[in-house]
Amino acid sequence: MELKVADLTVARGGVPVLEGVGFTLRGGEALILRGPNGSGKTTLLRTLAGLQPPLEGSVSMPAEAVAYAGHADGIKPTLTVAENLRFWAAIYGTHGIADALAAFDLAALQTRPAQNLSAGQKRRLGLARLAVTGRPLWMLDEPTVSLDTASVSRFGAALKAHLAGGGAALIATHIDLGIAAQVLDVTPFRARPRAGTGAFDEAFA
Amino acid sequence: MLALFTRDLRLAIRAGGGFGLALAFFLIVTALVPFGVGPDTGVLTRIAPGILWVGALLACLLSLDRIFALDYEDGSLDLLATAPIPLEAVVATKAAAHWVTTGLPLTLAAPLLGVLLNLAPGGYLWLTISLAAGTPALSIIGTFGAALTVGLKRGGLLLSLLVLPLYVPTLIFGAELTRRGAEGQAVETPLALIAGITLGAAALLPFAAAAALRVNLR
Repeated sequence: MELKVADLTVARGGVPVLEGVGFTLRGGEALILRGPNGSGKTTLLRTLAGLQPPLEGSVSMPAEAVAYAGHADGIKPTLTVAENLRFWAAIYGTHGIADALAAFDLAALQTRPAQNLSAGQKRRLGLARLAVTGRPLWMLDEPTVSLDTASVSRFGAALKAHLAGGGAALIATHIDLGIAAQVLDVTPFRARPRAGTGAFDEAFA
Repeated sequence: MLALFTRDLRLAIRAGGGFGLALAFFLIVTALVPFGVGPDTGVLTRIAPGILWVGALLACLLSLDRIFALDYEDGSLDLLATAPIPLEAVVATKAAAHWVTTGLPLTLAAPLLGVLLNLAPGGYLWLTISLAAGTPALSIIGTFGAALTVGLKRGGLLLSLLVLPLYVPTLIFGAELTRRGAEGQAVETPLALIAGITLGAAALLPFAAAAALRVNLR
């Protein structure tokens, strides 16, 4: 398991936001992305997850390695907690949601419809989805939003277990998760304004 | 894929899923037309195939924007796009689920509603056959339209404008098939054409819809 990023330029709405990004992430390691709001962390994660093509540069990683978790949790409000998780387990071809429920303290809530969960409980369900994917490389965008302190440490423990199992994680966050991780500040990679990719394209992007 | 299919069916049936909306709309249209055009059974018999088909088509159109919009809003579409099943399969599965929750109930209900419009006795069988052959095309074309407009706020109007012209051939041949069946004429030509539209749409449009989704998710 190795994610290698070299000289990557990512764009949002046709305008480059980060350029020259390069790093290597191996199994067992975590990399924290830092940077002020609007600096391009989400765009970088979406590009690496394959949701949009990079403008330049190369990304190499094993096929079918990424489990992506964005700002939205992808939870269906009328399904129960267990039904939501079982759906993702079936999509990823894995079995058993008991471990994920236990890791995020959702076992007592599993028959509750997701629309009756609190914001923090929904987030925990969204994160529990990562555990049922069985994918080695987690790409997380602000995973701790609306989590309380106990849930953050629970998430930290799940993350540690994932890393100890040979997995890797790429996390955009503003808080300390209590794990040993490299930190990549994206501010120095901010793209310079370019000639040619102007406002005209943007209007139609 | 089966998991996605059963999830979509379950979501449609649970509260607020919109199951029954198309059926209720279809019922309202066919129940109101006799009041509008008057009780002349000859007129009703003549317009019945067209009204039934237009009603089914508009009922199908009602629920199209839900196919991807809800998944887009709650983030599941991003997650499905990064999941191991190809996006083409996601599109095909969602089109199939849409058909089972709208097209199939319409097909089954249409013969009952044909009575309200005094459909000729020979027409019931062919009405059911034409809807069974034609409504899958409506779902698939509609899924393509929904993929094109996903992410647009209030994209429903644009979706209708995009999809309606594409629905016209299905409507023409579907109503023609029912009319010919009702009048006891040869039905092979419209049947072959409507089946051809459905099969062609099923073969091509999942790829086009998946390409549109990829662009819209950027």
